[in-house]
Amino acid sequence: MTTTEALATAGAPSGVDRQPPRPRRRRGPAVSQWTAVGFAAPLLVYLILFYVYPLWRNIDLSVHDYTIRAFVQGNAEFVGFEKYAEVFSSSTFPTALWNTAVFTVVSIVFQYAIGLALAVFFRSGFRLSGLLRAMFLVPWLLPLIVSASTWAWMLNSDNGIVNSVLAAFGGEQINWLTSPDTALLSVTIANIWLGIPFNLVILYSGLQNIPGEVYEAASLDGAGPWKQFWSITFPLLRPVSAITLLLGLIYTLKVVDVIWIMTTGGPGDASTTLAIWSYREAFGTGQPDFSPAAAVGNLLILIALVFGFLHLQLQRRQEDS
Amino acid sequence: MTGRRLVQKPWWKTALGLVLTAFMLFPVYWMVNVSLTQTSDLRSDPPHWFPLHPTFEGYTAVFQQQLPALGTSLLVGLGCVALTVVIAAPAGYALALLNLRGGRTLNFLLLVAQMIPAVVMAMGFYAVYNSLGLLNTVGGLIIADSTVAVPFGVLLYTAFMSGIPRELLQAARVDGAGAWRTFRSIVLPVSRNSTLTVSLFAFLWAWSDFIFASTLNRNGELIPITLGIYNYIGNNTTQWNAIMATAVVASVPATVLLVVAQRYVAAGVTAGAVKD
Repeated sequence: MTTTEALATAGAPSGVDRQPPRPRRRRGPAVSQWTAVGFAAPLLVYLILFYVYPLWRNIDLSVHDYTIRAFVQGNAEFVGFEKYAEVFSSSTFPTALWNTAVFTVVSIVFQYAIGLALAVFFRSGFRLSGLLRAMFLVPWLLPLIVSASTWAWMLNSDNGIVNSVLAAFGGEQINWLTSPDTALLSVTIANIWLGIPFNLVILYSGLQNIPGEVYEAASLDGAGPWKQFWSITFPLLRPVSAITLLLGLIYTLKVVDVIWIMTTGGPGDASTTLAIWSYREAFGTGQPDFSPAAAVGNLLILIALVFGFLHLQLQRRQEDS
Repeated sequence: MTGRRLVQKPWWKTALGLVLTAFMLFPVYWMVNVSLTQTSDLRSDPPHWFPLHPTFEGYTAVFQQQLPALGTSLLVGLGCVALTVVIAAPAGYALALLNLRGGRTLNFLLLVAQMIPAVVMAMGFYAVYNSLGLLNTVGGLIIADSTVAVPFGVLLYTAFMSGIPRELLQAARVDGAGAWRTFRSIVLPVSRNSTLTVSLFAFLWAWSDFIFASTLNRNGELIPITLGIYNYIGNNTTQWNAIMATAVVASVPATVLLVVAQRYVAAGVTAGAVKD
């Protein structure tokens, strides 16, 4: 029913949260609903105070004209959907939408392909494979600001290691982060690097659920590794793949840190995504402009929710089958 | 683990694995390398591949200037762990074992909550905190950071607690234990591993958070280490060895946790961990 359950039962590699499949409905201990509500009460209060209320304030921001003065005094004028109209007609909108699409799609496609290749590779099991697989988690665990600033320095035009290696092979200096042609590419590369561990771990645990006998039967039939991958691994992994890709999509839509630290969305709007646009309007300049920022943010929620529901739908279907 | 073939373990796979890992971890190596480079060598072309004449200037600077920031991050991380566990564990109990009415809806809402971009939450929190006077406070930052971990924690606890054998709970009830006793002396101890996984992620997310820190706490007196690095980059773009030294120090908790708690990390990622 949930991501957690589906993936946990899809095979937690360490067996930490392994559990028997849950029967549909079970009678619990005879306690009253009030007790149950009591235990859930902190969460309910928390969700209302720290999810519902901020989100409501966010909608409130987007339908008023909040200047800084109005923000402090709290007497912003109600403008309805005017701010949304402004956002849609802004020249940044098509750029940000396009950048978001490119950044997201390219990121998840490469993260997935590389993650899957590595998962298949690690599954074959060799000396040190467990240790090396653990090492692959490191990029995922580092604070994003650490990875992003390291990448920024590696891609530095004059002193970066990447340009230095390119120069050794006779390449020209590329202004990775400061040229409008490569800024989006640079942040996408860094983001792919960040997402590989997540894809690797999930796909690896998905692979472990494919029984070894299937492969043995296939090799008896004379199928080589390539054939085995396309006729067994890939089709059997499809449910896990779908979930991995959708989760990757939902997470990538939200990315702010990496892009902001590496390029702040620039030069110009060259690497501005919707999330960056929203962040920049509200917090990135000396002149906070909360209303359009909130409008862009709400738009982003809407997009995320569409794919979120797709994800839930997919998961429900898998549960039924 | 049925898929593991133990028949042949060709050495070339280990070699290839080593090469791939080295390639993947190159940025991490580079961060350490730059952190040890002399300031005068930072601009040398080509860059020095190895820190042949290492300097610890960068690290000295970190410990002179960033100690309060490290302390703040530790405080925020631990606060976030405490808040997350206190809210998520009982909620998981109610959802998994007490047949809470509307449980499916709540579960669904938690999944949706995980999809909301942090930048949107940051704006909402900014507006709320502005009126409540919670901007630039450590408490406010702890609450905002916990919004990433709480839905994850509840879902993880629920998934695990659903698997606790009912006989165990029934036995407790026969012995006269109420719901609270059962929770405290049976469910919680049995769910120890889940608590570790939840705590680990709550801590790491809070420690790594940049968005909430840079929006809700940017003028705070106590800034976390992520903001310390960010301000460092803004103020002095020449001292990359010091910036990278700070980055190395900020990565220590992640590295330590990976070494001592690797299996919990893997469990958390597989449980559909969120990172934004």
